[in-house]
Amino acid sequence: MWLWNKIKQLAISWKSGVVTLRYPFEPRLAPAGFRGQPIWDHTRCIGCAGCANHCPARTIFLRDICQEIRVLLYDSSRCTYCGRCADLCPEKAITMSDRYELATENKQDITQTVELFMMTCQRCGRCYDLEVKNSLDKLHSLGYRYDSLEVRKVIRQNTADFSPEMLEKTVIYERPKQLEK
Amino acid sequence: MWNKLVDKAFLRSVWVYHCNSGACNGCDIEILNVLTPYYDVERFGIRLVGSPRHADAILLSGAVTRPTLPLVKKAYQAVPAPKLVFAIGSCAIGGGCWYDTYNVTGGGDKAIPINYFIPGCPPRPEAIIYGVALALGLVDKKVAPVELKQMEFPVDMYRQAKLLETNNIIYKLLGEEDDRLTFGRK
Repeated sequence: MWLWNKIKQLAISWKSGVVTLRYPFEPRLAPAGFRGQPIWDHTRCIGCAGCANHCPARTIFLRDICQEIRVLLYDSSRCTYCGRCADLCPEKAITMSDRYELATENKQDITQTVELFMMTCQRCGRCYDLEVKNSLDKLHSLGYRYDSLEVRKVIRQNTADFSPEMLEKTVIYERPKQLEK
Repeated sequence: MWNKLVDKAFLRSVWVYHCNSGACNGCDIEILNVLTPYYDVERFGIRLVGSPRHADAILLSGAVTRPTLPLVKKAYQAVPAPKLVFAIGSCAIGGGCWYDTYNVTGGGDKAIPINYFIPGCPPRPEAIIYGVALALGLVDKKVAPVELKQMEFPVDMYRQAKLLETNNIIYKLLGEEDDRLTFGRK
């Protein structure tokens, strides 16, 4: 009887076959919709810091290095892969990839650093977002500085948000003598 | 020849002790999932044991909370000397969303030394197997730090900014001149 039971068990297990995955030796893809490591597209990112402000675990940092460079540091160590950064990103620069094999012995291996080229504010001298659609900013990124008021007037006419009132304001515009504290 | 065979037969059999230090049970369920016949880890000689004294490795899950901190330390000390610690899940690695809360140590890193980090919230069972297989030398590491740049400058802007800050007296007074550019990397 004992032997017969064993034979029956063998038959049952033979029917079902081998279900064990040969995982580490064969690749296994994540299912569709899986949120793995977020990946930044540095060609699209405008450095608006929306992802840094809304990250629940605060793993995304943005710092201004100098007037032109803003650095985005993503430290994956305490990331919960919620996908909020990818939802928020206005330029769709963040994609949640299907990479999940992230095990390391060094925490630095799962960081991402993006150096962003920013515009410099002519008033305060700090970084501000590069607006790609603005032709004035495009000129500025090519190295053109519109310090001369005569040239500036000409450029103003070519911008997308041109209006006669705005033109009048820019004609009589003067730089402040001293910055207000 | 005999010694090599013995090495191959006996060395790479890791008995793990599952240490929950205040996790939400997400990572624990995934660890249990690993032990099922579907992801059969006894192929690699990995077994779950009940006592840290029998174990070679600790699977630490959860941000180490204040009540569990002495217990985690005791469990770590109870493991015999060549020991590995796997931090599983984002809580055990860096503290998760609770990295700066009053009642949380801020990750297993601050309680006990950790050898391998397995990120995920929770990590997939495959990710856990991958992490342990990485420690056993069965697979290669697939991640590396990524550094992207939008524009390459002809001059070293980091050095320029650094010089500007070191020459400025305000940053000296604030004492921030060191960790401004390193982002805690050092």
